This record gives sequence, structure tokens and C-alpha cells, in this order.
Amino acid sequence: MSSNPTESAQAPQLGTARVKRGMAEMLKGGVIMDVVTPEQAKIAEDAGAVAVMALERVPADIRKDGGVARMSDPDMIDGIVGAVSIPVMAKARIGHFVEAQVLQSLGVDYIDESEVLTPADETHHIDKWAFTVPFVCGATNLGEALRRIAEGAAMIRSKGEAGTGNVVEATRHMRQIRAEIRKLGTLDESELYLAAKNLQAPYEIVAEVARTGKLPVVLFTAGGLATPADAAMMMQLGAEGVFVGSGIFKSGDPAKRAAAIVKATTFHDDPDVIAKVSRGLGEAMVGINCDTLPESERYANRGW
Amino acid sequence: MNDVTIGVLALQGDVREHTAALEAVGARTLAVRRASELDAVDGLVIPGGESTAMWKLAVAFDMFDPIRKRLADGMPAYGSCAGMIMLADHVLDAAEGQLTFGGISITVRRNAFGRQVDSFEGPISFTGIDGELHGVFIRAPWVESVDEGADGVEVLARVSGGPATGRIVAVRQGNLLATSFHPELTGDHRVHGVFADLVRAAR
Repeated sequence: MSSNPTESAQAPQLGTARVKRGMAEMLKGGVIMDVVTPEQAKIAEDAGAVAVMALERVPADIRKDGGVARMSDPDMIDGIVGAVSIPVMAKARIGHFVEAQVLQSLGVDYIDESEVLTPADETHHIDKWAFTVPFVCGATNLGEALRRIAEGAAMIRSKGEAGTGNVVEATRHMRQIRAEIRKLGTLDESELYLAAKNLQAPYEIVAEVARTGKLPVVLFTAGGLATPADAAMMMQLGAEGVFVGSGIFKSGDPAKRAAAIVKATTFHDDPDVIAKVSRGLGEAMVGINCDTLPESERYANRGW
Repeated sequence: MNDVTIGVLALQGDVREHTAALEAVGARTLAVRRASELDAVDGLVIPGGESTAMWKLAVAFDMFDPIRKRLADGMPAYGSCAGMIMLADHVLDAAEGQLTFGGISITVRRNAFGRQVDSFEGPISFTGIDGELHGVFIRAPWVESVDEGADGVEVLARVSGGPATGRIVAVRQGNLLATSFHPELTGDHRVHGVFADLVRAAR
């Protein structure tokens, strides 16, 4: 980035790894909410969301409707960008670099290269270094997270089964990623080469994680969160913030549930607060048991 | 040197980075989410993050008025980015009804440089610090104006390159310090050093 210090001391630099990763640092301790209309975006902002994810259908409806799920209509994204003052994220299909180019030109603040949409490339993810806008990507384990970071992802999230209202998969991913990071920390330096090979990730990033005990980018949780306690549990499992998708606007009282999840995320280690905000939230989304989901409908299997 | 306790408002944002920077300049630190924690600190850092989320959480957890009162009583505070917004008396492009703690007689504009694709880094000259700082601006605010009749607002830094050249991005008024940019992301702890000295002098 600053190989030539005299040159870097001149004009401002856009889209550096530091401003991309730094943007995610600013979201820490916060809740990012899926919204499908400007009205929902306002509700999210009023509830204290740190960002919104603009999309045409929440994952629960994508599951129900079936078919190919794609990037949202630019008009719909513009409507949400115009409605709120907080950052707006939007989803591109895995590998669909032109959807990502379009989203960047619309001025979205973060792109989610998301398994919730139907993948557009079965082999390659988007080369995220080629963009000024930062990307968040899903990961089920450490190797997958580090491959995404090698491709330029500036933020990682777990890849729990979106649209199910069931956190079991997100829990698995959080435990897996954290356990693998801890394990790397126990290895001798000479053992990191084999670790990199087994993780199928570049040695340099593996060595960095072993040294620092954390990912080089912010780690959030996503997928299946529906209650304040779900959010607090993910924070206690080491998430630095949470995404909530269908869980808010598929529930009985979205505004109240959204605010409650925001509070529970900040006070994730205080059961009294979580108990207080969990009262009288109305109906949670119904949810789906992940063990009855056919393999073909498991989004976490998308991406490689 | 390990003589003062500086709180970092830990409702949301890059709390860890500010905490590390303060510890690097010899301060004790405390994450502040409750009024009782606020009572235990000699100064307060308001981190980068989302000012709307901090406002909502501060109100919900009865922190808003206690922080205002401590600031009015002269508690030193430093805010970066969202923290600058929270310390400004007036905000442009605010969310509907958005409140700030206030204290610095300035008007800031939220997301003044543009959206995330316009976020940037570059060198900054800062009054009182030798050489240049590396400014990291992320959906950053700037100081649109110092309020008319304001007493003792010192401009410490302006943008020195690109389309926003000349915009005010760091100010001090009394015991309150604010920057549009994020020194906590750079590993250069000199701004935190300036603030820790300010807290020591005020105690």
C-alpha cells in the first residue's frame, strides 16, 4: 500500500485495504438489518441499526418462492439509499462481478457476495481487490474465511442458514472458526506451512492469524438469528456484530424486535438487560428446522 | 504516567482500537456502558461508529444526560468520526430528531466526503504534533463551520489535498477534542497522547 512513501504522501487514496477494513471496524458492536422497502429501512435506522442490507426479498421469501435469486433492482436500492443516513449494503451473486460493478456504481457502501442469491460462478468468487467498494463474504470455517480474505474480502460473516430463523448453523460456524484460530495459535512456526496447505489458504494470512489470534478483518455472525438472545449468544461466541435478516420483518412487531436486538447486542454479557428487552416482543418468525432442509436448499454449501 | 483512567464509550464502534491506543500512551482504560462506569473515569473517548446507533443506545440506557452533565462539568473528551458528531453542538444531514451530547461550538456535516467509495486516507498536518499524521477518513464528517460567537474553538487540522482541500477536520475547544479521521486505526498514538495529556492536566 505504501511501498513508495513519497508518492503516498500526495493525493488522497481511495479504496485502500485500510479504509475498506476500517469501515467494518466502525460497524462493530452493531446490528445490520435486512430491509426490502424505504419504510423498513427507516424503522431499522430508528431502532439503532448500524447499517441496512437492501434487498428485494428477505431470505425466508427467497426460500419460499424458489427460482433464481439475483441482485435487486437499482430503483429499489436507490430508494433505500435515499431513505436513511446510515450505510447501505446490497447483495451480489457469488462470482457475479458485473452485479458488483453495478452496485458500486449505485454508491452502496458494502457489497455482500452472498450465498443467499443463486451463485453465478461455480468455481470463482469475485476478485474483490478490483473494487473501491468493500465486500463482506460468508464462511463456514477458517479456511473459507481466509480464502475470501485473500480474494479481497474486508469483512467476514458466518454463513448460517438464512431465512430459517434457526441459529444452529451460525453457531457451528462461529465455534468452528474460533476453534481453528485457537488451534493455529498452538502450532510451531514450522507447522504453519502444513496448516496453510490443509486450510487451502495463503501461508502469509495463516501466519498472521496464528500470530495475532484473530482474523485480519472484522468477524460478524449471520444466518438464522431471530431473538435478542440469539444475537447475544453470537456475541458471546466471539462475533463482533450481527446481521439479522428475515428475523425482524417476518416477526410480529418489527420495530420493537429490532430495537431489542440492538440493545441485546451491546449488552450481550448482561442477562438482566437481555431478559428485559426480550419481554413482550410478540411473535418471532416461525422458522425451519435445518435437519429437515434438503441438501439442495442449504445455502451454506454455496461458495468454495 | 499510569495516573488517569480514560473511559471509552462502548455502546457501539471501534472501542478496541481506541482502548489499545490509550493504553499505548500510558492511560488506564475502562469500557463505559453504564452511568456507574462513567463516574469512574477522568476523561472519555467517543469512538468511531454510527452516531445514530450511539444516540439511540445512550438514550435507551440512561447515559445521555449523565454524559452531557459530565461534559458540562468540564470532563475532557475526545471523539473520532462519529465521536466528533456526538461532541458537536449542531449537525447537518442528521437523521430525523438526531441528538448529540454537544459541547464543541461547531456545526458538523455527516458523511460530508460522500459514501464509502469516497472514503480515503492521506497525510494531515495537525497543530501541536510535529510532522504529518496519516488521516484515515471513513464516511467521515467535516466541520462545516465554527459557530458564530464561539469562544476558543481552535482549528487543529484541515484537509490538504483532493476536492475537500481546506475543510476543517480536527478541532479543540477547552477540554474537548475531535477529529474527522481515525488515528486509532493507524498505530500512530500521538493524538491519543495529546488527549491523555489533556486529561492529566485537567485532573
